[in-house]
Amino acid sequence: MTRPQATCPNCGARVEFRWSSAVQTVCPFCHSILVRHDVDLERVGTVADLAPSSSPIQLGTGGRYHQRAFEVVGRIIYEWEQGGWNEWHVVFNDSTSGWLSDAQAEYAVSCLAADSLARPAEANAALGRHFTWQGKDYQVTTVTHARYRGVEGDLPFEYWDKAEVVFVDLKSDDGGCATLDYSEETPLLFLGEFVEFRDLALTNLRQFDGW
Amino acid sequence: MVDALVRSLTCPQCGATLTVRAGDHTVTVVCSHCNSILDAKDPSLKVLQRFAAKQLVPQYIPLGARGRWRGTMWEVIGFQVRTIRVQGIDYSWGEYLLFNPYEGFRYLTQYNGHWNDVIVLKTVPKVYKARATGAKPQAVVLGETFQHFQTATATTTQVVGEFPWTVRVGDKVDVSDYVDPPRILSSESTAGETTWSMGEYVTGDRIWQAYELPGSPPDPIGVYANQPAPYPGSLGRVWQAFAAFLGVLLLAAVWRFGLSPHAVVYEHVYQYVPPATPPSDSEAAAAALVTDTFTLNGRTSALELTTETNLDNSWAYFAFALINDSTGTTYDFGREVAYYDGRDVDGYWSEGSTRDRVLIPSVPSGRYYVRVQPEGPPGGTFRAFTYRLRLRRDVPWGMAYLLAFVLLAVPPAFVLLRSMTFEHTRWQESDYSDTGDDE
Repeated sequence: MTRPQATCPNCGARVEFRWSSAVQTVCPFCHSILVRHDVDLERVGTVADLAPSSSPIQLGTGGRYHQRAFEVVGRIIYEWEQGGWNEWHVVFNDSTSGWLSDAQAEYAVSCLAADSLARPAEANAALGRHFTWQGKDYQVTTVTHARYRGVEGDLPFEYWDKAEVVFVDLKSDDGGCATLDYSEETPLLFLGEFVEFRDLALTNLRQFDGW
Repeated sequence: MVDALVRSLTCPQCGATLTVRAGDHTVTVVCSHCNSILDAKDPSLKVLQRFAAKQLVPQYIPLGARGRWRGTMWEVIGFQVRTIRVQGIDYSWGEYLLFNPYEGFRYLTQYNGHWNDVIVLKTVPKVYKARATGAKPQAVVLGETFQHFQTATATTTQVVGEFPWTVRVGDKVDVSDYVDPPRILSSESTAGETTWSMGEYVTGDRIWQAYELPGSPPDPIGVYANQPAPYPGSLGRVWQAFAAFLGVLLLAAVWRFGLSPHAVVYEHVYQYVPPATPPSDSEAAAAALVTDTFTLNGRTSALELTTETNLDNSWAYFAFALINDSTGTTYDFGREVAYYDGRDVDGYWSEGSTRDRVLIPSVPSGRYYVRVQPEGPPGGTFRAFTYRLRLRRDVPWGMAYLLAFVLLAVPPAFVLLRSMTFEHTRWQESDYSDTGDDE
């Protein structure tokens, strides 16, 4: 797969996209957030220095999910009062994209749900409430007020300059999970499932001293 | 590139050096020198709480210890003690927080020498209220049904090490335990949020082995909520074995009582004429007779002696001795035969029997004879009677079968009793104990 290339409008460095359909990326040299408009890149902001993360995953990590190989191409980092977590943007070998979330080494794979699926207003998505999507029952288990901390790599949509984001997490009784992201006018709905670290067969992981 | 997870910090309270082992997963870290809980996310390590140290539960596995557990290396990075109060009594247990940078977190809990390997569940169990009085609420997860055991408020009473959440001494959560030995399903609720975890009972030996701990684990005290019964799944098997042996025993009995030959080895009719007046001992002894010798073949087995008399409204006493002709081994025994009958206002009546039967168990093969010394009421020919002695070899001894049955029933009865006692002890610690006064 050839990777589209462009030049950073800020520092002139060569920016290589890991995913041809990326809408946004971050210049690895000057940390400018770049949004694609056809062939041009617009600098919309900068990412502050990212706090060191203890996630074993990094850009370029490969893995497998339901027989489909994927590669990690970007991420969004959030923080909340009890720590932080990463939403890793992964691209499958059929060019579709999804998310591998790593919340203190608790892993889940999810995909953005179709626009046609109804999503509750924030006020209705209270703890313990049940919602059904694609025939599966989900129960609200946590409501998290998180701070957007930064982005890295390629993302499928523009995502920057966020302040506080409200997340509603739901679980099913068979390992399924759903997340509602209330940072947009129309809340984003992600549907997926929890996965075991070993089942992902991850490669190109970070190495930790002594482990 | 190899990144560091471990970093050293200096306690702002007392200046001691602290080690953080789980990188930026760690949210709070405890200084065990001055018992301060510090905000690990704050560059200046703000002191969040200071607490009084007290050892409620021993910490058996030190911080930093690594053990291979279920195929993965897990490092102990935190230890907390939590306490529940039931009917005015405090019960405390220890929880070890285990960390692996790739696989995350896991827990080991220890109460009175009982250990559980615990993971946080990613599915939401379904909880069913008790359907009938006396029944317990149930929780079902991934097809497994758990019985409600206990609900209590757990308070964090001691903390050591580091935690990926904000921990404080005095934190309270509502804990509900559901059991399906050897597993335990627990919910922890606080401010409307519920976390479910699943534990599996493990022996202290396995923990000692995995973490290469010195000495031996403490002996478990009592029965723990999800401790597997001492005869795992064996109750059914013991009863199956019992039924199988009983079947064999019945077949043997049918064969022995109904089908096997009972050879008559000696049979003879004698007459006894008592003396006119009560005999002296020597006169009585003179009335004794001996039978011809007869042969008992085969293995050691029972010998049946039947005495048939024509007594009518009289009694007789027989002093028998079965004597081995070659060794002189003697089996002495006495039998009384008495038979009375008549008519009264209620009609015909009778009492006793003209016949007696006795079994001499375990007689080895050999040549034998019987010495008989009969005795009856004095009265001369007027009181004379005849009696027929019949000896049969290899007669089944019913008592042996009864004894065999009783012996066979011992193990299943024992197992049943043990199991009932064990289950009773288990539930004594629950919300459903029969001494509980919370009804």
